[in-house]
Amino acid sequence: MADFSKLTELSQQVRRDILRMVFNVQSGHPGGSLGCTEFFVALYGNVLKHSPKPFKMEGKNQDLFFLSNGHISPVWYSVLARTGYFPVAELNTFRKLNTRLQGHPTTHEGLPGIRVASGSLGQGMSVAIGAALGKRLDGDPRFVYCLTGDGELQEGQNWEAIMFAAFNKVDNLIVTVDWNGQQIDGPNDQVLSLGNLPAKWKAFGWDVLVLEQGNNLEAVIAMLRKAKRRCGKGKPVVILMKTEMGYGVDFMQGTHKWHGKSPNQEQFDQAMAQLPKTTLGDF
Amino acid sequence: MKIEDIVSTGTRATRDGFGAGLLEVGKQNPQVVALTADLLESLQMQHFKAAFPDRFFQVGIAEANMMGIAAGLSINGKIPYTGTFANFSTGRVYDQIRQSIAYSHKNVKICASHAGLTLGEDGATHQILEDIGMMRMLPGMVVINPCDANQTKAATMAIAEYYGPVYLRFGRPAWPVFTPEVQDFKIGKALHLASGTDVSIFATGHLVWTAIEAAKELAAEGISCEVINIHTIKPLDEEAILDSVSKTRAVVVAEEHQRNGGLGDAIANLLAHNLPVPMEYVGVKDSFGESGKPLDLLEKYGLGKKDVIWGVKDVLDRKKA
Repeated sequence: MADFSKLTELSQQVRRDILRMVFNVQSGHPGGSLGCTEFFVALYGNVLKHSPKPFKMEGKNQDLFFLSNGHISPVWYSVLARTGYFPVAELNTFRKLNTRLQGHPTTHEGLPGIRVASGSLGQGMSVAIGAALGKRLDGDPRFVYCLTGDGELQEGQNWEAIMFAAFNKVDNLIVTVDWNGQQIDGPNDQVLSLGNLPAKWKAFGWDVLVLEQGNNLEAVIAMLRKAKRRCGKGKPVVILMKTEMGYGVDFMQGTHKWHGKSPNQEQFDQAMAQLPKTTLGDF
Repeated sequence: MKIEDIVSTGTRATRDGFGAGLLEVGKQNPQVVALTADLLESLQMQHFKAAFPDRFFQVGIAEANMMGIAAGLSINGKIPYTGTFANFSTGRVYDQIRQSIAYSHKNVKICASHAGLTLGEDGATHQILEDIGMMRMLPGMVVINPCDANQTKAATMAIAEYYGPVYLRFGRPAWPVFTPEVQDFKIGKALHLASGTDVSIFATGHLVWTAIEAAKELAAEGISCEVINIHTIKPLDEEAILDSVSKTRAVVVAEEHQRNGGLGDAIANLLAHNLPVPMEYVGVKDSFGESGKPLDLLEKYGLGKKDVIWGVKDVLDRKKA
């Protein structure tokens, strides 16, 4: 993979962006953002067939991506900016008054790359299914991707969507679950256990793939490519992607405590020391 | 037009007008698609389904998912019409509509049948009387409540020409038809039904006919009512309302909805800022409905012809005082 080292460097820069954005305004969600960095870099940097400029809402003959767990907006914004959707300097406006980079992603301010608002959990998969059905109606052969959180699966609407997609053979859809086992109030298993997640998706009729190394860039790319090959066979595809919340910063890793909290100056310096500057440069 | 010239040509449910309009707009515009949550024939959507099976989606009893799928379909340039009861089209899925449709400014047409008390025997669980209020509070949402089957058909077709979220409200019972079979429906344009000088009656949905009947009886008593059909509650035709009120200086609003939050409040808001005059509401007084026949329910809950007449007399007393 010729561009692999570039993508590795991009991952490092995205992590710096996430922390700098959140630290800047002392708010936002670093934990899930850091944990999904490899996913976003793999998707936008290698897997998606997409055209950042000019951004077109309809995305005809392009792959579409929907983020259901909108609170991990920092990672998405960073990757969108660094793959050409809008100026990297705009990351500096995250969560500030008059910004297009709202706390949770939205189409309302016209930010390129966003196709629906998300933040209130459990809605993204339904929207992705609608977009996939639209592509099918149009004879558009491209794919629709959706990322959801694991705690988010406690929202009942997801199971309506999961049932619908299988019954209607929506097989141009690839859903990835950020399976980090954490949510705001603690581990999933203590808040409301998801039980046997692979068995549940299977029982609902999906083609289920489990990715053990969701923070290994090469593994994520390979899995997304594999999922694409599994499309068109009469079943929607789900990747249950094991990640570590806060991955890349030792004291944020593997705990729910950094779900929606900004580091203070000392913690920020400590985190940055673990993520050296890259040739891509900070925003 | 004179009030006595407005006559009914028969009865037909407004939901029949929706079914006919959906089929027609489906023929005219290949981007139109339709979804239902297990209420195909209640919404009269079987005609569209039979004509365009590929463009029809049965989502099962899962309204939240239906709203999200509709939002997603609109991203591809489709014009999705969702069909279920008004109760399940609004309160049950308010957050899905708010985030995925209204805030995201999606071109989804939320078509809601069996609104209000006239749903009848199923009772209060299904008789939503708060939907206009909920929907008109959402920024950018268009709210339409046509008065008869013909107008519902015209509105169903017209909303495809408008880009953006629309809430289209209609009902279950056979209801007098008095507007032309073919009509030009303009979103946001109030329809002046009869001229009058003593009082303006603004009505929406089923209660437009009730208002006409009341105005006829009042005319016989020498009271001259201006009757205006406000089929679009949002955006409100402020000019038409202010024009009429500046002449009559007295207002009665009639709607099959709670007094809180509906057309009455929308007009009161307008008048409070521009032209405060005596005003009476004909609507449900902060109460749930119950099982019963549609006309009996309207009478019991204060939405009958005599309630409009009393409203007019009360407001005229206040105007004189």
